[in-house]
Amino acid sequence: MGHIALLGMNHKSAPVEIREQLALVCRSEAHPLQALPRLECVGELFSLSTCNRVEFVFTCNIVDPAVQEVKSVLLSHLGQPGTFHLEQYFYLHQDVAAVEHLFRVASSLDSMVLGEPQILGQIKAAYREATECNAVGVILNRLLHKSFSVAKRVRSETRIGSMAVSISYAAVELARKIFGELSDKRVLLIGAGEMAELAAEHLRAQGVRQMLVANRTLERAVELAKQFRAETIPFAHILDSLKTVDIVLTSTGSTEPILTYKDIKSRMRERRNRPLFFIDIAVPRDIEARVNEIDNVYLYDIDDLKGIVELNREVRHREAERAHHIVAEEAVKFCKWLETLDVVPTIVALRRKAESIRQNELNKTLSHLPHFTERDKQAIVVLTESIVRKLLHDPIVFLKKKSDRSTKQQFMDFAQQLFNLMDGPEMNASPLQGEEETYPVDLEAAKVSEK
Amino acid sequence: METALLITTTLCYLCGTVGYLIYLSKEEDPIHRAAWTFLFLGALAHTTAIIIRSIQAGHLAVSDSSEALSFFALILVATYLVAQIRFHIRILGSFVSPIAVLFMLGSSLLPVHMVPKTGIIKSAWVALHVTLLFSANALFALAFSAGIMYLMQERHIKRKSFGRLYLRLPSLERLDRINYVSIVIGFPLMTLGLVSGFAYAGTVWPSFWSWDPKEIFALVTWVIYAVLLHERLAVGWRGRRAAWLAILGFSAVLVTFLGVNLFMKGHHAAFVR
Repeated sequence: MGHIALLGMNHKSAPVEIREQLALVCRSEAHPLQALPRLECVGELFSLSTCNRVEFVFTCNIVDPAVQEVKSVLLSHLGQPGTFHLEQYFYLHQDVAAVEHLFRVASSLDSMVLGEPQILGQIKAAYREATECNAVGVILNRLLHKSFSVAKRVRSETRIGSMAVSISYAAVELARKIFGELSDKRVLLIGAGEMAELAAEHLRAQGVRQMLVANRTLERAVELAKQFRAETIPFAHILDSLKTVDIVLTSTGSTEPILTYKDIKSRMRERRNRPLFFIDIAVPRDIEARVNEIDNVYLYDIDDLKGIVELNREVRHREAERAHHIVAEEAVKFCKWLETLDVVPTIVALRRKAESIRQNELNKTLSHLPHFTERDKQAIVVLTESIVRKLLHDPIVFLKKKSDRSTKQQFMDFAQQLFNLMDGPEMNASPLQGEEETYPVDLEAAKVSEK
Repeated sequence: METALLITTTLCYLCGTVGYLIYLSKEEDPIHRAAWTFLFLGALAHTTAIIIRSIQAGHLAVSDSSEALSFFALILVATYLVAQIRFHIRILGSFVSPIAVLFMLGSSLLPVHMVPKTGIIKSAWVALHVTLLFSANALFALAFSAGIMYLMQERHIKRKSFGRLYLRLPSLERLDRINYVSIVIGFPLMTLGLVSGFAYAGTVWPSFWSWDPKEIFALVTWVIYAVLLHERLAVGWRGRRAAWLAILGFSAVLVTFLGVNLFMKGHHAAFVR
């Protein structure tokens, strides 16, 4: 089981129809993990399927037959006789490349929307499933846990996930920076375009419960109001409602501004200066630009929001480069660990450790015994050597005997932990330590990317 | 012993401040925890030092500017620590802890005078007067920090240009709330502190009001906060104006507290020099 391989397809390699089919299969009763006992060349198996990707990670001794086996499982599940054309959409990574790919996926560097946080949760869920099926062992356990911690590292060391990349989400983030909690805020929708609908959906997701809808055609207003459990108000009452609402979202087709500086300025005193946030996504604009000059009033039009999104996107891409570096570094580290998980390196490490202990103790003892003759000293050296040799004899024979078992890695891992043979502290971490964390969800981005 | 404790205190505050400044640019829990712990340990050492000195002197150790500054730094740090536990406004620490360090450094730079014991200072009234006023001032320092943060954050949002701090600073409403709560609690404390001072002055001096510069500036400060609170409650002032007024108010506090102590004479001078 010397190799890690990754077979998969994603939004870059395969068109959506194909991914849909595959995702459907993976969600059906016949989960590919259940086929594992029948796969002779595959050791451990992990599978992830979302709307944007299907990935199979597995360990094997010889890559090619194992890949064929995994593919045949997939194809048989797809149940189409002429599915050989699927082959062209798959990519195959091995060893470092496979590890790196998984880390990249977990860190959301491979997502359609760079940095969206959903994917990590999906991997965690898939991993839970794999552990329940007993499909993962020493290697994939550690690989998956490592991928969580790499994702965490990427998130905390780069700003890849902290930026809104859609206009309506950018507006909601701004609202949160002005108001903090949104649950007790009132929102007024003027006009009922598609963009307004999206933004309203975001606001609802942030906890906004009170919404008003004003639209020139009542029908559409009622429809939207129903969707968001909002009230409708007549278009003529907009100015009055400014006293009680906190966020105003305008998207009418009006050619004249519908809210002017004077309209708003004169109502701030009645509002007792509570902040008022205008989001104007209409073109031409519905609100006079000068409104932004009023104290405690904030006005963002579509260009401002686009600017933020553009800026965020640039930041994300810049940060992605740093993230790639982290991922590559961690992948190399992981593969180093994997290499040590063999019989010879384990025995070498065990001998080296014993030898270094022997040397240290010998030096300490002999320095306290200056009156010993050379012969005496030699005798003690020989004594220590033979103790070490005899003590290590059985463990080494045991390890050698396991060298052709399929569960070899488990024994090696156990031996290494027993004798504490690993260097870095992180390598010593138990593979079963999990960390659960939740990230703020960029609703729209997540929707777009990983349905 | 006490000097060693005070040095420890200053170092702890300094480490805490550095931690909080790092936390400003790097949001990581361990950094905040370390910074908070440093401030907490500093406050413990500081309390011990002040208790020792007070026992030696036989009254609350605020008899010269050095001691007063040090005592104020302690109250400020303690106020922040409590506010942090209560309201979880970590980033406030990045603004408050430097103020505490400045006061500690000021305290250690000022010469320690052994003031002749007048007996006046020994009264419990003085301890009450000073503690009330310093607590009020510490809260005003929080309002001041929140005010600065508010102005920074508002600038980001109004001008639509987002600096590095934009993501780290809390929402405007939250900052405004900190400003409001600090002043709503601080103002009555200040009023009580002033009243206790005047009442005590009336018993030891010929009159409770003697046109002492400190008294005049204290009154000016009180009026500033009274205006701020009144406008807030009556007219609904908030946001930028409230932030500016909190900054102005704390500047007046500093003048009353430090400027008068160091540069002007008056009967407070009898025990602040």
